[in-house]
Amino acid sequence: MSRAFLVVSLLTLALPACEREKRDFRPSRASTGETEVVALSSLSPGETPPVATSSPKAKDYENNAYHLSEGKRLFQWFNCSGCHANGGGGSGPALMDDKWLYGGRIENVVSTIREGRPNGMPSFRGKIPDDQIWEIAAYVRSLSGNVPTDAAPSRNDDMNGHPAENRLPPEPPITGGGTP
Amino acid sequence: MTTWYKGGGVLAALTWLALTSCNSNQTAISRDGVAASDILDLIWTFLAVCAGVWVLVVIVMAVGTWRRRPVQERSPDPLASNPADGMAMRIVVGAVAITAIILVALTVLSYFTGRSIATFAERPAVEIRVTGHQWWWEVTYDDPKPNRQVTTANEIHVPVGEPVKLELEAEDVIHSLWIPNLAGKKDLIPGRQNDLDLVVRRPGIYRAQCAEFCGLQHAHMALTVIAEPRPAYEAWQNAQIANAVGPSNDAARAGKEVFKNKGCVMCHAVRGTSAGARLAPDLTHVASRRSIAADTLPMTRGALAAWIADPQAIKPGAKMPRISLTADQLENVVAYVEGLK
Repeated sequence: MSRAFLVVSLLTLALPACEREKRDFRPSRASTGETEVVALSSLSPGETPPVATSSPKAKDYENNAYHLSEGKRLFQWFNCSGCHANGGGGSGPALMDDKWLYGGRIENVVSTIREGRPNGMPSFRGKIPDDQIWEIAAYVRSLSGNVPTDAAPSRNDDMNGHPAENRLPPEPPITGGGTP
Repeated sequence: MTTWYKGGGVLAALTWLALTSCNSNQTAISRDGVAASDILDLIWTFLAVCAGVWVLVVIVMAVGTWRRRPVQERSPDPLASNPADGMAMRIVVGAVAITAIILVALTVLSYFTGRSIATFAERPAVEIRVTGHQWWWEVTYDDPKPNRQVTTANEIHVPVGEPVKLELEAEDVIHSLWIPNLAGKKDLIPGRQNDLDLVVRRPGIYRAQCAEFCGLQHAHMALTVIAEPRPAYEAWQNAQIANAVGPSNDAARAGKEVFKNKGCVMCHAVRGTSAGARLAPDLTHVASRRSIAADTLPMTRGALAAWIADPQAIKPGAKMPRISLTADQLENVVAYVEGLK
């Protein structure tokens, strides 16, 4: 009995060797370019099939703890809070509720940051490297609890207006709504 | 290895530590500032008095240990008083009284030193607001005339011999300003203002350091204080108030466009251009400063290029992200920033 327990305990110690996720600490120049185009709308004229709005990059960034925490830092560094006020909304819309004016998938958020949106959201194409836009977009989804809590960033060094992202209740996205 | 040899090794190692005080722009044993000088007087007084008391106590203990207690004949009456006991009692009472007097005197001395440090600059000639950020210092010179207010970063210039008031604030977490040559430490606390008064006696360049752990790059959060005579100080201030000079060559002109069209403009201000963000150090006259990145690197072309190319490699965690620039763009933007004298 106790022998089996010992063996199981020792085997448990081997678990840290498992790779939890792939972390790209120093992205190559190629991935920081802005070559990729994701359509803003799934509609297309005529009988052509709808344009794909998904990107293979999404799965690398969406639920990746490292990218989420980098995104949190970049969200402050690029002063997203200047308009979105830590996600609560100011002159820009709130990011921590369940309303997604332009869709709640990570590709939609990336397009919003990269290309801008009407009524005030500027385009950050060329200002923020593409890999960092993906990180910020991944973080924006965590503001409404749409990422696993074990991957979401934890609390800040300084005081923050809302609970840490890994303690936020999930708000499943409801697409649509009027522009502000 | 014999014991005396080991002892010599320890002594040599300790002596080496003393060499750190040879650097004269960051030392607490200094009379460059009035407050530092007062504190130095106080600590030398404390040291002298405490050393004297310690030597006396050791001598008394040594004598007491050395001298054998005289063998007394047992008195037939156990309640009879011993004349030697009365003498011992007088010595103990006297020693307690002297100790009390010394402690009260030191307390009074410390109180008056503290009071003079707190009040010697009640009518400041210069008022400077110092705001701590993770991990740099924002420095704003207040002036009754709004067009003479000026913001810079990581470098404080003060006139020699005049009272200067530093108003200490913090943006994110608690920091602490310590200019050992000039004054004691004082904390910068978010949501409140602390004042630190300075009078600098000698012109010079003094290094200050954040003295409260404030996060990842706490160790690279330093500040330069430059004390100069009034005319030089005013010339510096007038130069800082002026808008940025325009680019002087083709590379710098191209660099200005890169600066305006890439991420730089989103956080940095260069007065006189469209760059007006307030999130990061003001770069209007960045090339006139002695160092970059809160006194982490010297102000040279190579250091600037390294810093702009990848800030996270030099100060991991610093709040300046990596911006993808081509080699030409990097060279041009460095030429532009280098010209912001």
